[in-house]
Amino acid sequence: MVTRAVAALSRFTIRARCILFAGPSSRHISVASSIMARSHVNCEIKGDVAVIRISDPNSKVNTLSLQMQKEMTEVMDEVWGNSAIKCVVMISSKPGCFIAGADINMIQACKSTEEVTRLSQEGQKIFEKIEKSPKPIVAAINGSCLGGGLEFAIACQYRVATKSKTTVLGTPEVMLGLLPGAGGTQRLPKMIGLPNAFDMMLTGRNIRADKAKKMGLVHQLVDTLGPGLKSPEERTIEYLEEVAIDCARGIVNKKLALTKEMNMMQKIQDHVMSYSFVQNRIYSTVEKKVLKQTKGLYPAPMKIIECVKAGMEQGPDAGYLAESQNFGKLAMTPESKALVGLYHGQVACKKNRFGVPEKEVKTLAILGAGLIGAGIAQVTVEKSINTILKDITEEALNQGQHQVYKGLNDKTKKKSITSFERDSILSNLTGQLDYSGFEKADMVIEAVFEDLAIKHKVLKEVEAVIPPNCVFASNTAALAIKDIAAASKRPEKVVGMHYFSPVDKMQLLEIITTDKTSKDTTASAVALGLKQGKVVIVVGDGPGFYTTRCLAPMLAEAVRVLQEGVDPKKLDSLTTGFGFPVGAATLADKLGIDVAAHMAENLGKAFGSRFGGGNLELLKTMVAKGFKGRKSGKGFYVYQSGLKDINPELKEIVESYNMMPTPAVSSDSDVQYRLISRFVNEAVLCLQEGILTNPVEGDIGAVFGLGFPPFLGGPFRFVDNFGADKLVEKMKTFEEVFGNQFTPCQLLLDHAKDPSRKFHRLIH
Amino acid sequence: MEVDRLLGSGKLGKPFWGGNTCAEFKVQLLWLPFSSSKSKKTLSKTGVKNIVLVDGVRTPFLQSGTTYADLMPHDLARTALQGLLNRTGIPKDAVDYIIYGTVIQEVKTSNVAREAALGAGFSDRIPAHTVTMACISSNQAMTTAVGMIAAGQCDAVVAGGVEFMSDVPIRHSRKMRKTMLSLNKAKTLGARLALLGSIRPAHLAPELPAVAEFSTEETMGHSADRLAAAFGVSRREQDEYALRSHSLAKRAQDEGLLSDVVGFKVPGKDIVSKDNGIRPSSMEQMAKLKPAFVKPHGTVTAANSSYLTDGASAVLIMSEEKALALGYKPKAYLRDFVYVSQDPKDQLLLGPSYATPKVLERSGLKLADIDVFEFHEAFAGQILSNLKAMDSDWFAKTYMGRTSKVGSPPLDKFNLWGGSLSLGHPFGATGCRLVTTVAHRLKKEGGQYGLVAACAAGGQGHAMVIEAYPQ
Repeated sequence: MVTRAVAALSRFTIRARCILFAGPSSRHISVASSIMARSHVNCEIKGDVAVIRISDPNSKVNTLSLQMQKEMTEVMDEVWGNSAIKCVVMISSKPGCFIAGADINMIQACKSTEEVTRLSQEGQKIFEKIEKSPKPIVAAINGSCLGGGLEFAIACQYRVATKSKTTVLGTPEVMLGLLPGAGGTQRLPKMIGLPNAFDMMLTGRNIRADKAKKMGLVHQLVDTLGPGLKSPEERTIEYLEEVAIDCARGIVNKKLALTKEMNMMQKIQDHVMSYSFVQNRIYSTVEKKVLKQTKGLYPAPMKIIECVKAGMEQGPDAGYLAESQNFGKLAMTPESKALVGLYHGQVACKKNRFGVPEKEVKTLAILGAGLIGAGIAQVTVEKSINTILKDITEEALNQGQHQVYKGLNDKTKKKSITSFERDSILSNLTGQLDYSGFEKADMVIEAVFEDLAIKHKVLKEVEAVIPPNCVFASNTAALAIKDIAAASKRPEKVVGMHYFSPVDKMQLLEIITTDKTSKDTTASAVALGLKQGKVVIVVGDGPGFYTTRCLAPMLAEAVRVLQEGVDPKKLDSLTTGFGFPVGAATLADKLGIDVAAHMAENLGKAFGSRFGGGNLELLKTMVAKGFKGRKSGKGFYVYQSGLKDINPELKEIVESYNMMPTPAVSSDSDVQYRLISRFVNEAVLCLQEGILTNPVEGDIGAVFGLGFPPFLGGPFRFVDNFGADKLVEKMKTFEEVFGNQFTPCQLLLDHAKDPSRKFHRLIH
Repeated sequence: MEVDRLLGSGKLGKPFWGGNTCAEFKVQLLWLPFSSSKSKKTLSKTGVKNIVLVDGVRTPFLQSGTTYADLMPHDLARTALQGLLNRTGIPKDAVDYIIYGTVIQEVKTSNVAREAALGAGFSDRIPAHTVTMACISSNQAMTTAVGMIAAGQCDAVVAGGVEFMSDVPIRHSRKMRKTMLSLNKAKTLGARLALLGSIRPAHLAPELPAVAEFSTEETMGHSADRLAAAFGVSRREQDEYALRSHSLAKRAQDEGLLSDVVGFKVPGKDIVSKDNGIRPSSMEQMAKLKPAFVKPHGTVTAANSSYLTDGASAVLIMSEEKALALGYKPKAYLRDFVYVSQDPKDQLLLGPSYATPKVLERSGLKLADIDVFEFHEAFAGQILSNLKAMDSDWFAKTYMGRTSKVGSPPLDKFNLWGGSLSLGHPFGATGCRLVTTVAHRLKKEGGQYGLVAACAAGGQGHAMVIEAYPQ
């Protein structure tokens, strides 16, 4: 379990729903509103029950802002002071959100470790009072109950949650390089046991209501309701409140037991867990796995383990102290700041800055039922958009349709959708070999072979059948969109949509606009991408756009490193050691050696020697021998029955392209910086040339599309934190040996010259 | 809500089940201005055939697992058909077609209509087919018959419904079935042994049928509990309504009003002549029960739900000319009908709310024109939710796209002889019981128009307007 835990962490997937913190506006407004009477917390007394309703008037979600905490403390003091009140129900009046977490701006506003530690201690104090409340408090949870919200809920005596799909409980702090800092590391292990608590806190994953009930995180579940005399959402919250009130009274009347009934297995498990040598065993196993997965690059998971351990071994006082101090320390780490930056970036890339398109895409046609085409089809049908999947052979089509079915069926197996929902989703998909129905398409995405002639051919065929307002999007990793659009009768309707494989797992979508692409076309492409659940960046047209262009020089360098005699395993460990989730050699295998060669050749032509380094012929020889990577079973590695080993025949090829390493720039660290600096320099050049509109999209694209180390926050934040001057210095050393591949671009030089110039606004 | 008011005594002064004689009741009802204030004098339309209900019968409805336990579904259907033959005296070859509705099919008699017809002694020259539409299966059988007559294809059709819950098909697991089917094809002893050897304990787990929606995997009781919660129907209201149903059914039974029931000599057992699920209890007793589906805070219990029932029903439907030619005095005209369907998850049991305004609109009547209401009672919570939905302008506008509510049927006209909660609910057979009861009540109470409405699994619903045959 913990393996999966940490694996998920290193993959770094911030889920769309995991909104830990409110937008920047809320703090400002909450300060302003402090002069008003209670705006966030309202208390209604129903007989002997106080129903406390939470709602932040300035935001879609509730956060534990200063204002919220202040009002909550006031209300609770009144409740405790009122002898007529016997029990309390805590509920949010916002549909879809209980409390989504603490207010990040509150933490970001702090200037020192001590200040953050104090914040944590204040939170701990409030929740301690809640926990020790003489009047039972029932948390009635509907919607997201995350971070500080979850810590609040678990401090209450009893928890009732709706079975709504939006009801999720979790501690996503780790994904922001933090830890649950208001008692979470202390209460969770006691409530759900060490293994479950570590799983939750180290992965940050969302727990659905039914799972939460099984884990013992909530006591009772309430069904969601359909239409009645009020809207389903409104009535469901009312019903939740009614049930919670009954529970609260039940606790007072001693009809409802607070200790859960345990079966024999649970009792045995609890007993076993109570031995300290068992606990120690768990700590060491978890620590080992965390270290293995994070390579020691992420401080938060280790601190979480430390806090849990302190509490279990030295008692609550030590535990709470460790928690608040470590929370303070973590908040000041560059890792946390980078991750928070990514979070904000991700939120920004979930918005359509091009406005609402004139026409919503209701029918999408996809050309090419390969991996990418079928992947796009899957994420589209899931959003109930009619999708036509067209290919030229029945075999390819069959394979594509099967891929969509399998993707959905896997979700059925995981019980995230029912088999009926799977079938109903699939009914949006039409597989076909001809162009029938294209006259109704609002958008066509071609995902055919990466060959300009073929792209031109399909573009012409498609334009003959589609309506005039239909957008033509090309999914290409490297071909310039304007070259593709050259064959179009209406270039303003042509746009690039670069998806990443596997489409249903990778969050990024890179949209490429030419100078002829209309704003509405772009808006339409962005809107579709967002609907498909993607994080969208919009970049200018040019060879390799942004992502491919950054990747290519790094891969070229990786080939040179191989030629210098470093084996693929070592290369992989150097790259993952730097924080990439996938090593460079494995990545090339995944991408396809043929694709990588094709890409390198094209970009090499466009950018010249700057994209050189490794010998392209090495890749070409591999392709000629059939070593096309993962898909052909052989590449840098041999893939057999789930195992991978270095391709034994590779050595011979590499030896024929052998290069002598220069010792001065060949240490492990040098190799890492050779790889990373070429990536980063190219990214900065993209901003300099206007391919990128802003550094935020550059960071998001690199992290979500290429696996740039998340804790570094993306190439631009890396430059800010590492120091442009230091990077330039390193590059100049490399430049002396290798030439112009390491020449820093002008923008990077500018930043090196003036240390006050940063790509991102400084966060203290 | 007081029991009295629920019983519909509002207009009548005092609870008519608590002392008033039937005669008084009838006098008072007759006092109500009937035909004079109706929106329409008759629903007869020029150019449209008048289709009549000649008569309707049913077997006693028994709780499953009781006296009928050793029978098969077609035995019940056969008995209903024989009862209809006896009651109407129709010659065994004078019927053009036979249609039956059923839900849980016995695989041996999947066209139960044909097996029952042959067994009942109908001519083997009469074709028969079976339809299924969950709890409105026999409504579907009747409206199919109406359609055939209206289209001029038939003049006399027997429609009916049957459900037998004492024995349901319990299947081997899919894995086991696959192995067994392969076994049939295995040619050599070795191949057979290999297949037999592949059987694992997991293969032996049987598959039980459930009263659950295939699409949502939710049991109907669970959905009913959510529905009641959505409409804010309390446990007490549900228990009160269930008590009303049982009390009214008991009274109807005692007074001999359930004349559609025909006695059944069960082979090897006694003659059954009465429904056996009618059990008026007390509010205190009912309050003791724990919720059956949504635990621990649900409101639907065994006492305020309909129970698993065995039973069959049959009706004789003819064109008016044919009925008159054969010398019958029909009981009622079968007029407009509608089928509706909606979201099977959150509106599974709201069929009557959707169907009622639609069928009234079709026939040009208002709710106030209806003298007799017979609604299928799947759950007390379902009935009360439907009544609230029909009485809500917001619901009508938001979910039904109507300008205003249709109104809630007055309880003094509503299910006065009990309902599915008390009489029992053999899924496939209930529809014919509702229609026959409306015809009998119209006659007894002197009304002109009756309305049948029912919900069904799959989020479907049905309603039909019935007009009394002139006395």
